[in-house]
Amino acid sequence: MLVLRHVQKSFTQPDGTPLPILDIAHFEVKDGEQMVLVGRSGCGKTTLLHVIAGISRADAGEVQVNGCDITRLTEAGRDRFRADHIGYVFQTFNLLPGFSAWENVLLGMSFAGNGVDQGRARQLLERVGLGHRLTHKPAMLSVGEQQRVAVARALSNRPKLLLADEPTANVDARNQQQIIDLIRETCAEERVALVLVTHTTEVAELFGRVEHLDQFNQAVATV
Amino acid sequence: MSLWKIAWRSIQQRALASWLTGLSMALGVALVVAVLVIYSVVDRSFKKNAEGYNMIVGAKGSPLQLVLNTVYHLSRPVENVPYGFYKEFTEGQFAAKIEKAVPYCLGDNYEGYRVVGTIPEMFEKVVDGARLPEEYARGETYRFAQGRNFKQQAFFEAVIGSLVARRTGLTEGSLFEPTHGVSDDGQGHKHDAFRVVGVLAPTGTPNDRALFVNMEGFYLLRGHAKAPPPARTPTAASHDHEADDHEGHDHEAHDHEAHDHEAHDHEAHDHEAHGHEAHDHDGHDHAAHSDHDSHSHHEPLPEEQREVTAILIRTDQTDFLGAMDLHRVINEGQVAQAVYPAREISNLFEGIVGNLQKLLLALAVMVVVVAGIGIMVSIYNSMSDRRRDIAVMRSLGASRATVFNVILLESIMLSLAGGLAGFLLGHGIIGLASPVIVAETGVSIGFFEFDAYEVVLVPGLILLAVLAGYLPAMTAYRTDVARSLPAA
Repeated sequence: MLVLRHVQKSFTQPDGTPLPILDIAHFEVKDGEQMVLVGRSGCGKTTLLHVIAGISRADAGEVQVNGCDITRLTEAGRDRFRADHIGYVFQTFNLLPGFSAWENVLLGMSFAGNGVDQGRARQLLERVGLGHRLTHKPAMLSVGEQQRVAVARALSNRPKLLLADEPTANVDARNQQQIIDLIRETCAEERVALVLVTHTTEVAELFGRVEHLDQFNQAVATV
Repeated sequence: MSLWKIAWRSIQQRALASWLTGLSMALGVALVVAVLVIYSVVDRSFKKNAEGYNMIVGAKGSPLQLVLNTVYHLSRPVENVPYGFYKEFTEGQFAAKIEKAVPYCLGDNYEGYRVVGTIPEMFEKVVDGARLPEEYARGETYRFAQGRNFKQQAFFEAVIGSLVARRTGLTEGSLFEPTHGVSDDGQGHKHDAFRVVGVLAPTGTPNDRALFVNMEGFYLLRGHAKAPPPARTPTAASHDHEADDHEGHDHEAHDHEAHDHEAHDHEAHDHEAHGHEAHDHDGHDHAAHSDHDSHSHHEPLPEEQREVTAILIRTDQTDFLGAMDLHRVINEGQVAQAVYPAREISNLFEGIVGNLQKLLLALAVMVVVVAGIGIMVSIYNSMSDRRRDIAVMRSLGASRATVFNVILLESIMLSLAGGLAGFLLGHGIIGLASPVIVAETGVSIGFFEFDAYEVVLVPGLILLAVLAGYLPAMTAYRTDVARSLPAA
């Protein structure tokens, strides 16, 4: 499902010199596999997810998602690919405040080639326990509910790969467990591969595969 | 979810700012609509009024003034032309070249409304022996809301316009006394009374603002006859007030003492012989007349003492060259000028009024442009708050072009919604002001008056919106997703 080979990414510092962020020789996630990526703050976890999602472009190397090397795509091509194949859950949920829960899920479908499936949006919200909150705006939802809407939105396009960037960082312990369970269950039901970034040990312990980015990211090792 | 809906949600999210920018656009568009429609209606109304007769003949002078004071009852009348010249159109050298000639005698008013001395044919025509209503514009004929047309032989009958009837309270059967002078400045002297025999239905033309009296009666009013030929005796002339030219008559300098009033036997005065003006008006109660047709006992004023202010001419519509020739012959002569009212009005509108309209339109368009800038500022100022939302949309797969289009659509929706509100507001104001405009000007105007140029508003507003939305849309386009998404 996901294969990274010799991926490098650096940012330019104010003095013009490059700051290496990622230098990954090989990283792979299989179809339907669920794994956790851990690492200290600043080790490049979010940047890695951005590169995998095509939000940022790798300076070098190959990023294959579902058999497609997205580094060869144009920016517009990566946008379209992301809309069709990748789901993304953010730490801060990032729901659009002017849209209801249902519309936020529909929004996730709006930019993909499959079109908008209102029934699926409703079904997903029911699946995450928010069937009675379809028309509620994010401000009217609790933090846990907002993250559940974000999960439903990320899965709306039937992606092959779900990227979750510290999805439980802003929720309490009870909601943390529920959200992780929800993500894992729905990904399993939909045969979606999951890469979840966390710095919480309790969360990491729930997964069979845990990778430490510090260990396989050569850029971090040289910092 | 369509981009329209995404843009609409964004507008809703910033409800107050959106409302204010939309309102400013509405006010600008309402101004444009008002200027366009009012000009269009006034232009159409003026040109319609110039349709009934294709030529106007009057004394030499300003052609525009001749048209304005004849057709539109505006401005002051130019000098008069001899009655004999008018006869050239009815039975003289020009008769064969025209279809109709209607004389106009001006010089009096009633409560500020023009009194026009004319003939019954002003309002009717004879076709195959039948009297039919005359057209005042293409396809529109005079109708009487009350009564009938005045008769040739009833010298003191009158027909009044609808606005005059409404504003003065005159109705069929009412008597009114015209005052000398074309405007009600309180300086003129009062005349004999005319009886209203008909009230015209509204025409939406300046004729709604005029009173039309029998020309024969008009001539018999004091000061409306020019001096008689010198063959008359000095005594008779000095006693015949009707023969005095009151326009040029210096009442202060006139030696009334020398005038032998005592010797003048009013009781023995022969009305038939001396004409209408000769009898004692101060003692004569016209209002007490039960039947004003009794005035028909008056002798008509001799033709050599008559003048007309203007002659409305309808030439043979099939003989364009004949009309041109007539126009040339009259203008080459010393007596009168002939003008084409439609051409004069076109010149007026293309010259003065058209430029004024362009100026007003330019000001209104500037208001719209300022409203467009308001939209741009409003959206642009919101961009820093919306950077995260744009980044989220991008992360969900929206392309740069998509977020660019969402912002443009937002600008277009604000402009069009404001434009639609302005369109309704503009027409609403015109509709509400309609009764006042009709009452004051006689120009009929309403909510459903449209100008073809209003159609240009739609592409114009879209273009303005695209220009206004371009800068904020480019800001959205350039949003760096990775930097704008909150880091973990």
